[in-house]
Amino acid sequence: MMFFLEVLIGGLLAGVMYALVALGFVLIFKASGIFNFAQAAMVLFAAMFMGGMHNDWGLSYWLAIPLTLVIMVGVAWVIERVVLRPMVNQEPIILFMSTIGIFFALIGFAEIFWGSRSRTLDVGIPSDPIFLGDMLLQSYDLITAAIVATLVVGLVLFSQKTRMGRVLRAVADDHQAAQSVGIKLSTVWVVVWSIAGLVAVVAGIVWGGALGVQPVMVDVAFKALPVLLLGGLTSIPGAIVAGLIIGAGEALAEVYLGPIIGGGIDSWFAYIIAMAFMVWRPEGLFGEKIIERI
Amino acid sequence: MKTTMLKKAALMGLSACIGLTGAISAQAQQAKEQYLPSLVYRTGPFAPSGIGFADGFADYVTLINQRDGGINGVKIRLEECETGYANDRGVECYERLKDRHGGATVVAPLSTGITYALIPRTRADGITMSTMGYGRADAAYGPVLDNVFMVPTTYWSSTTVVMDYIAEQEGGWENLKGKDIVHAYHDSAYGKEPLGVLRHYAEKYGFTLHEMPISPPGVEQRTVWTQVRRIKPDWISLFGWGVMNPTAIRTASSMGIDVSHMIGGIYAAQDDAVKPAGEDAKGYKAVTFHGPGADYPIYEELKEHVYDKDMAAGSGDAKGTIAYNRGLINAGYIVEAWRQAQEMSEKGRPSTREETLKAWQSLDIPEARTKELGMGGLMPPVHITCLDHEGPGMALIQQWNGEAWEQVTEFRKPNKDLVFPMYKASAEAYAKQEGITPKSCD
Amino acid sequence: MIYRESGQFKKTYQADQAILPLRQDRIFLILVLLVAFLVVPFTASNYVMNSLLLPFLIYSLAAIGLNILVGYCGQISLGTGGFMAVGAFAAWNLAIRTELPMPVIFVLAGLITSGAGVLFGLPALRIKGFYLAVTTLAAQFFLVWLLQRPWFNNYSASGVISAPDFHMFGWSIETVTDRYYLSLIILVVMALLAKNLVRSATGRKWMAIRDMDVAAEIIGIRPMPTKLKAFAVSSFFIGIAGVLWAFLYLGQLEADAFNIYTSFDVLFMVIIGGLGSILGCFLGAAFVVLVPIFLNIIPSALGLPLSTAMISYIEVFIFGSLIIFFLIVEPHGMARLWSIAKQKLRLWPFPY
Repeated sequence: MMFFLEVLIGGLLAGVMYALVALGFVLIFKASGIFNFAQAAMVLFAAMFMGGMHNDWGLSYWLAIPLTLVIMVGVAWVIERVVLRPMVNQEPIILFMSTIGIFFALIGFAEIFWGSRSRTLDVGIPSDPIFLGDMLLQSYDLITAAIVATLVVGLVLFSQKTRMGRVLRAVADDHQAAQSVGIKLSTVWVVVWSIAGLVAVVAGIVWGGALGVQPVMVDVAFKALPVLLLGGLTSIPGAIVAGLIIGAGEALAEVYLGPIIGGGIDSWFAYIIAMAFMVWRPEGLFGEKIIERI
Repeated sequence: MKTTMLKKAALMGLSACIGLTGAISAQAQQAKEQYLPSLVYRTGPFAPSGIGFADGFADYVTLINQRDGGINGVKIRLEECETGYANDRGVECYERLKDRHGGATVVAPLSTGITYALIPRTRADGITMSTMGYGRADAAYGPVLDNVFMVPTTYWSSTTVVMDYIAEQEGGWENLKGKDIVHAYHDSAYGKEPLGVLRHYAEKYGFTLHEMPISPPGVEQRTVWTQVRRIKPDWISLFGWGVMNPTAIRTASSMGIDVSHMIGGIYAAQDDAVKPAGEDAKGYKAVTFHGPGADYPIYEELKEHVYDKDMAAGSGDAKGTIAYNRGLINAGYIVEAWRQAQEMSEKGRPSTREETLKAWQSLDIPEARTKELGMGGLMPPVHITCLDHEGPGMALIQQWNGEAWEQVTEFRKPNKDLVFPMYKASAEAYAKQEGITPKSCD
Repeated sequence: MIYRESGQFKKTYQADQAILPLRQDRIFLILVLLVAFLVVPFTASNYVMNSLLLPFLIYSLAAIGLNILVGYCGQISLGTGGFMAVGAFAAWNLAIRTELPMPVIFVLAGLITSGAGVLFGLPALRIKGFYLAVTTLAAQFFLVWLLQRPWFNNYSASGVISAPDFHMFGWSIETVTDRYYLSLIILVVMALLAKNLVRSATGRKWMAIRDMDVAAEIIGIRPMPTKLKAFAVSSFFIGIAGVLWAFLYLGQLEADAFNIYTSFDVLFMVIIGGLGSILGCFLGAAFVVLVPIFLNIIPSALGLPLSTAMISYIEVFIFGSLIIFFLIVEPHGMARLWSIAKQKLRLWPFPY
């Protein structure tokens, strides 16, 4: 029983980390209907700049993190100018492919700057074991969960209580209606991509701390995609809840199902859960109901 | 309008480049040069391991050219080609480089997948392959693949060295009875390589072997190590690759597992396995086939002739890392083979493919020679015979002290009596499948 | 001037329904085929045949397969790599475990891949758009995982296996030229098949589903068989491409190598080449196969003092940027650029 709980809690905490990456996808999809595959590259990009500035330039993290944030805003602005604006009104799949283009361009750019060797990114989150009775938790996970919770609360407050937040919600609801009341879409997109950049910075800190900063970080995206699917592409709470479900499901399956099937199954298990669930509910847990008209 | 201009410019640039390629390759035909293509992966998911190797490999060649003016006056011309660890790019690199500048005579593919794709190609072209640790373990049995060399060791041999060390720590093989040993591995064939050897030992000495697969890429391993913790293992063998290694060490350590009882395989032995794990990796051990660190005479030579002349490859920060040392010794073996090829034919003339292959087939680098090369203790001595393409297969155990790798044991001989028949059986099955007639070694 | 259709009258329905109704197109195609069959094998260097043309031909085939699904039927798939792996491993296992002749093995491998495609196509009946795209990743990850189980590689120690040498109709495939010819013949036959398929009733049903599946259903097209047929046909092509990739190009099989980036590459080919265009598949495959290699070769050819690593970083950066550039310039792909060029040639060199 203790073991079961330990696995379960470990899984839930892992799920929080997946949700963090999924969050960036959701923000952009909600606001612009773009499935932004480059989110994964943004995480790596942010982590490389933070790690590079700290290790190679000797800046403290207190300086490196805000600087990276500024760079991410710059990236958002460039993407809006160079990619999104000329591609207004294109089909979603074309926009999706262009984000894969951004994916490669961002990685290439970051590597031109910093090379592809691995760096550490340790902002001082302690990773000590904490014992609750016989059960073991890791302080790193708990602090991460707290960071993610703060981030989500912040995002919710931003979208509910600020003017910009209202604008974002209006655009998410209906692009054309929002435009007709005088909302400038280009500004909104820069803001949204910047927020996704902020999420990428946080994800970069958390994942970079766990894995070290190296090119393979982009593979974290493949952990986040089923979360995104299960939660629905447009729902922030969906991403969190789905993250918890996937994390826990994956961990329990690995322990109780893995030995029977033979091997580490967590490369695909989450996808199969998500797929099975989608057949039942094609828009995910909290996604907007898809209504088709002719 | 703007785009058509751009397109025109791009087209013109492209055609100019193609023209130039021809011009450059034509003028570079100089005699007295030994060409060495180097298939590297400085980018891609495994770049952190690839960079150090490529730097070491290139720096050694630069040293030979700068200090000695080449091998008996024959300069080595090194050309790198980036594979990104992808099979198709590796094949493309090989095909692109193999006939340049007088022709490649030896190639080190640096990836098991590329090795497999290149085996039929190199056999057809008569080019020697040096696969250091990776690739087909059964190529160590010489008669079947007579152009592939597993110098200086294989996964299987090095695993016997690990078991030997564990037995020694436990105070003898008989004390292994009733112990629990976990093999946590990359859930792919690579991770399963040592299982044959480990299972054999488990049966023979009565310890329990727990096989614990980790799905690649291995960015999330809480579940695996929660299970391992419950087993309370006496020893853990780790066979990860890329990001899986630091994540494993870090997760294990944060769960209170003693990393000094974790022993990494030869590809869980590099700096990128421990550095990203930070403090958690302190005490972690691994098996490797060369000495760790930079405390060898060759580093002084490198400093004098390469680093100080600003000719170091890459950014120069890989010095003394495991990957860098591997690059050094791999280049070392290749250069020594050429030296012996020249001695067998004619000094001061670049070796042909046949001469190079012949030299590899009887490559003999005794310990005294490794000392002359300034690599005593860094480069394991090697003696190749027609039958045995691995040599002694020596390996040693090293430990990470938080800053650097420390050598724990001297070079040890593997249990060849166990592994060699395994090579033979596997190679013969392969020969049968491919219709290769093993050559006679009498 | 050059590309005129005036004076070419269609007197029969048959002539009107020809694949290439215009004489110029026919001549052009025949010329291309003549060059491909008679000139290239005797003039191209080993390197060009082995490392540029072979992957180009094989990727073209995979792109045709994916284009049927994405371009004609509108179902986005990111599982191409997994399906290629299924084809390759099916053929390998059939080849070592049975005594069947090679052509039969090829077809069977294709059919097995079709089966896998249909299985993972089932959710497409409920799931649409990007939700479907991400769902097909399940196929990608699951199939690659499955094929790494030891049975599939016959308990090979390293999991990488060598493709056996083989012969077909008494023709033993050994040299590069043999391999080039075999891929080319298969590609030409299958491209013709695909071209005809998309012009048939089935193809038109696919396009109806793509344009709006609810509307298509209302006019009497049954979505289930139509979509599943697209998955089956598409996977068949991709499976054969996988067989060629392993047997003719690399000569080795490794499940891991058919990774998600293979899937992306093929999707790039389809989109950059042109959704819903067979010609586009060839253009797209040429772009994705050749551009990275050229980008890699150019700096050293120019003698720029860049390190190997820097060249690769720049290659990645430029490749990504070029994709964006192409999508901005012509979202309908290079096939569209081709037809624009043909339009221009009608009048050229006269202004009107």
